[in-house]
Amino acid sequence: MQRTPLYDAHLRLGAKMVDFGGWAMPVSYPGGILDEHRATREAVGVFDVCHMGEIHFRGSRAAEAVQRLVTNDLGRLNDGRALYTVACLPSGGILDDLIVYRLAADHYLTVVNASTLEKDRAWFFEHARSLCEVVDASAETGLIAFQGPGAKHALQPLTKSPLGELPRFAFVDRGEIAGVQASIARTGYTGEDGFEIFCAAQDAPALWDRLLEAAAGIGGKAVGLGARDTLRLEARLPLYGNDLDETTTPLEAGLGWVVKLDGADFIGREALLAQKQAGLRRRLCGFVMTGRGIARHGYPIYSGSESAEAIGATTSGGPAPTAGKNVGLGYLPVALDRPGTPLSVDCRGKRVDAEVVQGPFYKRDREPKERGRA
Amino acid sequence: MSAQYPDDLYYTKDHEWARLEDRGGQKLATIGVTRFAVEQLGDVTQVDLPKEGETVKQAEVFGSVESVKAVSDLFAPLSGKVIKVNSPLSDSPEYVNEDPYDEGWMIQLALGDAKELDGLLDAAAYQAFLREQGE
Repeated sequence: MQRTPLYDAHLRLGAKMVDFGGWAMPVSYPGGILDEHRATREAVGVFDVCHMGEIHFRGSRAAEAVQRLVTNDLGRLNDGRALYTVACLPSGGILDDLIVYRLAADHYLTVVNASTLEKDRAWFFEHARSLCEVVDASAETGLIAFQGPGAKHALQPLTKSPLGELPRFAFVDRGEIAGVQASIARTGYTGEDGFEIFCAAQDAPALWDRLLEAAAGIGGKAVGLGARDTLRLEARLPLYGNDLDETTTPLEAGLGWVVKLDGADFIGREALLAQKQAGLRRRLCGFVMTGRGIARHGYPIYSGSESAEAIGATTSGGPAPTAGKNVGLGYLPVALDRPGTPLSVDCRGKRVDAEVVQGPFYKRDREPKERGRA
Repeated sequence: MSAQYPDDLYYTKDHEWARLEDRGGQKLATIGVTRFAVEQLGDVTQVDLPKEGETVKQAEVFGSVESVKAVSDLFAPLSGKVIKVNSPLSDSPEYVNEDPYDEGWMIQLALGDAKELDGLLDAAAYQAFLREQGE
């Protein structure tokens, strides 16, 4: 199994380690998942995401090369800005979801899922290497997420970069945190304000320790993959491999906002254009359990309480601890995507009532002065 | 906090425990899950149990425990008729984490066949089993 540079740090913290797509990762620390979830919603959580992939594109045609690979419009990016997007296959199916960072006009960084790194790298090499240099720097790159309402307050003393001035999806390239060279992006996967911090892999353990100290000062702590999953599900952020895969398109997944069909050409554009013109047949919907039960990945979904034929399956499901509900996601026929539509979920042989809801299951309160600034 | 594996309980390799008591000649068994099970499960968010009056059979599924991450079956250590259910668990499943041997008990049975006890482990044997499993 592969280990991140923080493996020993996790063991020292008493983490419960699991095999996550070939990586030995902490699922939780001794406080438990609910405690870590709460700490992230109320203070700050520190996450080892070193396993994620970092692929650089360099050269005068780097922008053109990356644009061919992703559905969002890179023309909108300036230096120091990032955007969320997906990369599609010619079928319109999703190869991966990723963030693209523009470091310079001739230098872009993509951050991809750990579970898809190998196929992404092969795909990117195949389609971009004739245009620019493509380098997988995943092994040399450390990545730590620092997420929560207290993130800015706790991180600021460690860096000279003015974090308050950093809008969502902006980043400081080659800044410094606690004496370690680091790039600081205002991005995350928890539904909270926060930062993702890139550093050299060998610097990650020292940076991790300093970030944990800073977090502890405001009641924050290390957070494992278990709470990472409840946090992202509650914020209704999709997980590749569960809610997104090569058989689903970004339009079906509710990611139409990252698909710019009227901009530059990209792989999958024709298929997505055709799907948009023909109209969607199914859509990724959120639901809350109104009966007593917890939907899990794969559990069949039915229209109403009685119907015999499943209309979809749960792609992600579980407790939403802050919202205090059990929730799930699943692809449903578009006729059933209206909020309030009654559903039921087969929870291990027992039908449990559920109801379609719109939007995130949890939404953070933004600081008034920051509202709408990003 | 209660002991990790109290000496007065019977255990199964499925990580349930049973506490025997004699009430007016009737043998009763109170049933729950072990500290080890709780540590594996993580935070329990829902417990599904049979109703009073139902019967359960040794080694068969009598309910389930949902934690934040997963759902796990509960296997009955003994056969018998359910005479009491720990109903507060439906609103406070966290009792299972906090106190698995006392407040986190699950059901109480009128024991069917006392011979079934022979197949259960005592605290020392259960802990030896855990060590064998590398836990």
